[in-house]
Amino acid sequence: MEIFVSIIIGVLTMCAVYLVLSRSLLRIIIGTALFSHAAHLLVLTTAGLKTGAAPVLVDGVTEYTDPLPQALVLTAIVISFGVTAFFLVLAYRTYQELSTDNMEEMKGTESYD
Amino acid sequence: MSVLHFAILLPLLAAPFIPFLFKGMKQIHTGWFVLVVPVVLVSYFAGFIPVTSAGDVVTETIAWMPSLGINFTAYVDGLSLLFALLITGIGALVVLYSIYYLDKDKESLGHFYVYLLMFMSAMLGVVLSDNMIVMYMFWELTSISSFLLIGYWYEKERSRYGAQKSMLLTVFGGLSMLGGIVLLESMVGSYSIRDMVANSGVIAESPFFLVAMILILLGAFTKSAQFPFHIWLPDAMEAPTPVSAYLHSATMVKAGLYLVARMSPVFQESPVWLWTIAAVGMFTMFWGSFNAVKQTDLKGILAFSTVSQLGLIMSLLGLGAAALHYDGIDDNIFIVATIAAIFHLINHATFKGSLFMMAGIVDHETGTRDIRKLGGLMTVMPITFTIAVIGSLSMAGLPPFNGFLSKEMFLKATTKVFSADFFALETIGILLPVVAFLGSVFTFIYSIMLFTRTFMGEAKFDQLPKKPHEAPIGMLISPVILALLVVGLGFFPNVLSNTLIKPAVESIYPTLVAQGQNVKVDIYFWHGLTPELYMTIGVILLGSLLFWQMNKWMGIYNRIPHRLTLNGVYDGTLVWSNKAAYRFKDNYMTGFIRSYLIYIFVFLSGMMLFSIWWFDMYQFSFENMAEIAPYEYVLGAVVILAALAILFMKSRLPSIILLGVVGYGVALFFVFFGAPDLALTQLVIETVSVALFLLVFYHMPDISKKETRMRFKVGNAIVAVLVGVTVTLLSFMALTHKSLSSISEYHIENVYDLAAGKNMVNVILVDFRGFDTLFEIVVLGIAALGIYTMIKFRTTRRTKGDGANEAKQQTRQ
Repeated sequence: MEIFVSIIIGVLTMCAVYLVLSRSLLRIIIGTALFSHAAHLLVLTTAGLKTGAAPVLVDGVTEYTDPLPQALVLTAIVISFGVTAFFLVLAYRTYQELSTDNMEEMKGTESYD
Repeated sequence: MSVLHFAILLPLLAAPFIPFLFKGMKQIHTGWFVLVVPVVLVSYFAGFIPVTSAGDVVTETIAWMPSLGINFTAYVDGLSLLFALLITGIGALVVLYSIYYLDKDKESLGHFYVYLLMFMSAMLGVVLSDNMIVMYMFWELTSISSFLLIGYWYEKERSRYGAQKSMLLTVFGGLSMLGGIVLLESMVGSYSIRDMVANSGVIAESPFFLVAMILILLGAFTKSAQFPFHIWLPDAMEAPTPVSAYLHSATMVKAGLYLVARMSPVFQESPVWLWTIAAVGMFTMFWGSFNAVKQTDLKGILAFSTVSQLGLIMSLLGLGAAALHYDGIDDNIFIVATIAAIFHLINHATFKGSLFMMAGIVDHETGTRDIRKLGGLMTVMPITFTIAVIGSLSMAGLPPFNGFLSKEMFLKATTKVFSADFFALETIGILLPVVAFLGSVFTFIYSIMLFTRTFMGEAKFDQLPKKPHEAPIGMLISPVILALLVVGLGFFPNVLSNTLIKPAVESIYPTLVAQGQNVKVDIYFWHGLTPELYMTIGVILLGSLLFWQMNKWMGIYNRIPHRLTLNGVYDGTLVWSNKAAYRFKDNYMTGFIRSYLIYIFVFLSGMMLFSIWWFDMYQFSFENMAEIAPYEYVLGAVVILAALAILFMKSRLPSIILLGVVGYGVALFFVFFGAPDLALTQLVIETVSVALFLLVFYHMPDISKKETRMRFKVGNAIVAVLVGVTVTLLSFMALTHKSLSSISEYHIENVYDLAAGKNMVNVILVDFRGFDTLFEIVVLGIAALGIYTMIKFRTTRRTKGDGANEAKQQTRQ
């Protein structure tokens, strides 16, 4: 299972990198979102995906999945959502101001003098 | 804080009051107030002469940074005292001269005297510090104040160029010297020069001996304008003449000589020391005098002449190191070299100072320093002419002036090298007297040129900017005093022998003095018919001949193209390095975020893959992995396909939907992994995210018309695959190398007993690790505020599309 998920993580990262390297701002943000999915899966996977009960205390159950990485990932999900939302609005405002979402056209719009 | 420290810092302490005096006492020239400082100091330091003549030293210490071994230790011995007297004595004369030279209504005297006092303190600190770090601090302070003084008339482009050049070169040398100091400290364990002298044996055996020596010498050579670092000195002549007289003839350029003399006991056992200094000094002497002849500017001649004379003193200091290889001191011929060096150092300060002041007077009274325009001033300016003749003849080394005495001793030292049988002195040493002879010939030529071209020949007064007349008496006081010194020391050199020269020479040979031997300094005119006398006669004859036939051989100076001259190399280096840096920057700072991301990704993957290969971490073992159910295969396939499909979408809308598919798939994975809270959060967040994406997409209507499929780029694909593979391997490795058991056992056992909750994830989030959650809330809050601000807060009202143009129009209005 872990190997399979690792491969999924690798594919997600690959797609994310390819998207982040593209010209369109929206695609870059999609890439970052994919990145965060890959990272969350990675944190969960590397802690081990031993099958056990969900980490809610129930009498008589001894095997639980590891709760700590889940807590970490939960925090990470919320933070990456905050950043993605900010990023999206930034892209929207950028488009309003510069009327483009092509990164290459944005080069040199700030003046150095 | 002893009186000695107070004396060193007195000019610095006086400096803050200068601007107030300048602003508040308009009717009195500020220089008069400043003059008090060097006069007080010179009388104070003169009080040390009996102490050092008796062979005693004075040491005072203030703790500055004791934990680092850096204390402000002032140390007065013969060598320091000689320099301190030079600095304060010449300082007093220069301040007096500047009072008449600088106009109190036209110049910003406040600045000038603050810089000058700063320099005086710095210079005193350099020669009186025993601790090398403190010395280095003062050393750099001299560089800075010199920079400020050279650029005093900052509206002139040449001034700024000269200041920058001197700054770059001297600071380069200063930093090298700091490296040498640190190396020496690592060998000896102390920054104190006396400790280094005491442990010179330890230093000589260190593997870094040579490196430290070269670094220290770089500092000395740049400061003392030795070849090839002499190029800053001629350009420093853009400074006001008092500055040239003070800094660039008598004091600052001698800081390097002081350093060499001071570090001699540490290094002089080594043949490299002797040969480096003697060879560089000798060549500098020749090169400076050779180039001085072609100058047409009075100060230019004097600048190259200074370079040449500094080279002469430097070579003598180098040759003096050979004295250690003799047992006795009585018939020790190389002691003569050091005595000559110290003596000539004093002499040079006197005649060069007076010559600079003479040049300043000529400039002041005629409006030009160009010797092609000057001539026939003899009748108009008799006193200045006399000063010029005395100074020039002393510089040329003619009797009866003091320059003759030191020049004779110099030639003697160079001819005596053959009697030595070590360091290859008896073979290669033949070059020393030859170069010395040639250098002396050119020295003779430019010295004669200096006063004949200026004061003799036909008068061309109508071409001069001003009508020439004799300088005011105040301006003449200082050069006259110096010229009197030149003559006086010529006739009575032994006034200095036991008071100043002997203690100074003894501080250069501490080991010999420790054996209870005394240096005998006896300077007199007539040695009998010695080789050096014949050499002097030869110099006069050949010099006169060449001077007479000057027009015939001046062509050789134009042989070297400008690009290959040292100045050309320096300028070329600056321009080239600037261009190269720009080219380098323009090559990798493309301004496209894609390039930077590629650097980051490639570096990251490269580092990771290299480490995996380097540390043999690619032996994976997959034991006790979880089972995979068939539906998980299906879900995994869906996520992979959705992610890949994003890359092939033409429109952004399907890409957003597919991103949602991936997110929901991840949420389902969370369900399979037994993480209900995660799945819940992921579902909600993914929904909101996709909604946001769609919202943004909706607000970019024009985009959809221009939409195209992503063009396949091989480079991007390679980078992407590389990073993907890296992350996969990283994940594999994390699975393989399980070293420690999880701390989650603790959470699982204590979740109910300690925290009264059953949902472990929630208890970790708000109880065990509540801080994470607090700041995650802060992050969300900041993001919300940021988004609100971005949408609401607009400095420029713009219509969509032509924002840039409108902004330009607004700025124009």
